[in-house]
Amino acid sequence: MSSRKIRVLVAKPGLDGHDRGVKVVARGLRDAGMEVIYTGLHQTPQQVAETALQEDVDVVGLSILSGAHMTLAPRIKELLCENGMEDVLLLVGGIIPEGDREKLLSAGHADQVFTPGDPLDKITAYIFNQFQESTSS
Amino acid sequence: MDQEKLERIKALKELWAKEVEELKTREELPVTVSGKPVQALYTPLDTADLDYEEDLGFPGSYPYTRGVQPNMYRGRLWTMRQFSGFGDAYDSNRRYRYLLEQGQTGLSVAFDMPTLMGYDSDSDRSLGEVGRCGVAVDSLEDMEILFDQIPLDRVTTSMTINGPAAILWCMYLANAEKQGVGLDQVGGTIQNDILKEYTAQKSWIFPPEPSMRLITDIFAFASDHVPRWNTISISGYHIREAGSTAAQELAFTLADGFAYVEAGINAGLDVDRFAPRLSFFFNAHIDFFEEICKYRAARRIWARRMKEKYGAKDPRSLMMRFHTQTAGCSLAAQEPENNIIRTTTEALSAVLGGTQSLHTNSMDEVLALPTEKAVKIALRTQQVLAYESGVANTIDPLAGSYFIEALTGQMEAEAEEYFRRIDDLGGVLSAIDQGFIQQEIADAAYEYQQAVDRNERVVVGVNRYNTAEPMEIELLKIDPQVEKKQLERLKQLKEKRDGVKVADCLADLKKSAAASDNLIPKILEAVRCYATEGEIASALKEVFGEYKEKPLF
Amino acid sequence: MQQLVEDLMSGSRRAAARLISLVENDAPLKRELLKEIFPHTGKAYVIGVTGAPGSGKSSLVDCLLQQMRADDLKIGVIGVDPTSPFSGGAILGDRIRMQEHALDRDIFIRSMGTRGSLGGLARATREAIQVLDAFGKDVVLIETVGVGQSEVDIVRTADSTMVVLTPAGGDSVQTIKAGIMEIADIFVINKADLPGAERTATEINMMLDMKESDQWRPPVLSAVSVRSEGIGAVWDCLKDHRRFMEESGRLMEIRRERVRRELTEQVEYLVKNRIWDQVKEQIELESLLEKIVLRREDPYSAAYELLEQINFYSEG
Repeated sequence: MSSRKIRVLVAKPGLDGHDRGVKVVARGLRDAGMEVIYTGLHQTPQQVAETALQEDVDVVGLSILSGAHMTLAPRIKELLCENGMEDVLLLVGGIIPEGDREKLLSAGHADQVFTPGDPLDKITAYIFNQFQESTSS
Repeated sequence: MDQEKLERIKALKELWAKEVEELKTREELPVTVSGKPVQALYTPLDTADLDYEEDLGFPGSYPYTRGVQPNMYRGRLWTMRQFSGFGDAYDSNRRYRYLLEQGQTGLSVAFDMPTLMGYDSDSDRSLGEVGRCGVAVDSLEDMEILFDQIPLDRVTTSMTINGPAAILWCMYLANAEKQGVGLDQVGGTIQNDILKEYTAQKSWIFPPEPSMRLITDIFAFASDHVPRWNTISISGYHIREAGSTAAQELAFTLADGFAYVEAGINAGLDVDRFAPRLSFFFNAHIDFFEEICKYRAARRIWARRMKEKYGAKDPRSLMMRFHTQTAGCSLAAQEPENNIIRTTTEALSAVLGGTQSLHTNSMDEVLALPTEKAVKIALRTQQVLAYESGVANTIDPLAGSYFIEALTGQMEAEAEEYFRRIDDLGGVLSAIDQGFIQQEIADAAYEYQQAVDRNERVVVGVNRYNTAEPMEIELLKIDPQVEKKQLERLKQLKEKRDGVKVADCLADLKKSAAASDNLIPKILEAVRCYATEGEIASALKEVFGEYKEKPLF
Repeated sequence: MQQLVEDLMSGSRRAAARLISLVENDAPLKRELLKEIFPHTGKAYVIGVTGAPGSGKSSLVDCLLQQMRADDLKIGVIGVDPTSPFSGGAILGDRIRMQEHALDRDIFIRSMGTRGSLGGLARATREAIQVLDAFGKDVVLIETVGVGQSEVDIVRTADSTMVVLTPAGGDSVQTIKAGIMEIADIFVINKADLPGAERTATEINMMLDMKESDQWRPPVLSAVSVRSEGIGAVWDCLKDHRRFMEESGRLMEIRRERVRRELTEQVEYLVKNRIWDQVKEQIELESLLEKIVLRREDPYSAAYELLEQINFYSEG
């Protein structure tokens, strides 16, 4: 009877306005059957976390192309935890150098990192996988 | 060519086509990077309607299809202008002086995100962004440091700044004054193109109407006091980076250009008073011929419309001068060294298309801000093209090619079709308000991405010939101390300046903003007493309000 | 579940969000849940905002939020966007315009996809309103999908319905009048700085003149939401309408009607479930179908036969 859908918050924290990627991803996730909430540009970490809370999303995807990911992602993770949303899948996309990527992953500031050139399918497949695992376990 | 000959060619072409039908074709679709199909062969049939004098003419004369100067690169090579900036003003000043030593001929300033958005480094919104994507500039003091030991009467500077263009321009001018350089001596460009911010780049501050007013205020002030300044660089670059096709880049950029011309005329300025200082900025994407044709079509359309529709008489109003940057969005994070080759062909298309200045991307720019080594290779790419390849010897060398001329004409027609649709929607501002331009770009971006994901479009090292080798490339690290140092200096500045004077200037500015005075002298006054960018932008926001985006996908 | 409802009552935004998801996802506990929160509902005033895409509904809602907060009201917002019938996915972008209010603790914004519902609202909009009502919101604003027509659901759901139009040339009013003349309590002509605004207002007024007179004649207001112009008047007008609804007894009337409909739907739902549950367990549906296919039995008699076997009073 249940008609659950994966809800994803796609967010642009920080000041960079490059939303080509984020919009392509939003469309791709929609076409994969998910409900995608988009914050719009230029969001503070507080706005992103609060939106995730109100929308009760399963996934938060951050798009950051300004190089501020090492500041913004941990801050948003922290705020999500404060909101009791430590289980939300946190994905970071953007220009993330390999070293930073490892740091984000090992510190638990992101569950996965996607960089330019990663096909859409990889992102949708990753999300679907996570939810299969979490519902079967 | 006479009719009889054409008929004969037509018949022969049909024979050839029949023969080709039998042959095997490659699986990759014969389309441009914009997804536009091109024919396998072009013949005189495709250029039969071309009128040399009317459609091409000579370089330096109407309709400027073949170039804006009569002797083009025989006289002077294009300006090699590498866009750069990072960290604080001290860091960037060092990089600028390095580039000038390496033979670069003009400067191009990249500001950090807070500066582009009109926030000071100490704003909550600036957290983590100070000095990251460019140099942090909060006040005249930063501008003084940025151009320390760089003579502003000899070096021209291009500044990529839009929403707060008036403020940063005033800081540059005030700094020139302090160096003892008269305003009539300084030359350079501010991007100042707000329309493409709403459609593509998304670094906006104010709503369209007051933004357009700031722009026409700059037009008027420059034509009286800073005659060597290019007051706007109408940019297709970002439209293309946002995912548009080449024809959309061409059409939307020119449509924006005409909107500025109309705004100037509506503000009571004579078209020949400001149009000579309008300049353009295009993208050089990977599809070689499509790009060359785009530049040629752009010049022709601009000249024709300026003359026929807006009644411009000064030849300089009819000449489209433009800067080009190779396409950041064409670069791949995988095997970044390949980006040197991509950039080279893109740069070559810009040169064959007759650009006035050029920025070549560094191979690592898809990963981070470029290292000194990567920047040097990018600059050397231009120097090799300029001095070794021979392409600068002959003007518009591809003219007359059946393909080139046919495609140039086709792109012109596509642009005209977009102009018609935009007119039907009530002009550019209205088309933006209705989301038409944004939607067209978003659709093109999505289609492109799907073509790549489906492997219909090959990107070497990404979806074909991809080896999962780990990347070995050195990246530029921004000193994490930059933000702290910048905040400290800003705090000191706020303590040592005359606070009362700053407050007076800002109050005065608000009064003028609410009225219809030219705002440039007021902003100049404010930056001279070290009012910060954020303070000036906030004052204007109080009067103008802020822009909010449309939800379009 | 008990915990969630308790948390909701003590003001937990997380609980409100979770509860909306549960009702939206048709969780097995849904009915129990709604039963739990029912005693706490009935206080919120529901305002519907509808109008064609591009009429500026979201930015109007954004401006209204400011006005309502100045009156110290607690507000819930539900923005509805269409679910793709092909993929089942949706992009919910209404809140982009309202993000300035994201950190206001007294505003709660929730985006919903229609998930197959065709009347302009999401399937679980009414249940979501209940949650926000119980959560203590004074006003719940609903922004509909805004396809222009067949926006009937909103009138059945909202206490006041506002229709947003733009003065886009000529045919606009003519083509959409069928749907909107009946549902609007208030007309707002947004983007009234565009040419044709006055004419649009005149046209609507003329159409209202032709309608049978009523105690409430929908006023036609102008606004420019991007410049926050005319919003005060819109809010005043909404307050006027609410007063009218309360004083004239109409509010009770429509709420009674709504309860009647909900009760009917509820009964139908339960009966249907009971029937099919038993059919599944006890009755050989396939063989009955087979008989009809082979034309040994007609479907009309078969239906009667089937119902005869249902025990409506059994538990479970």
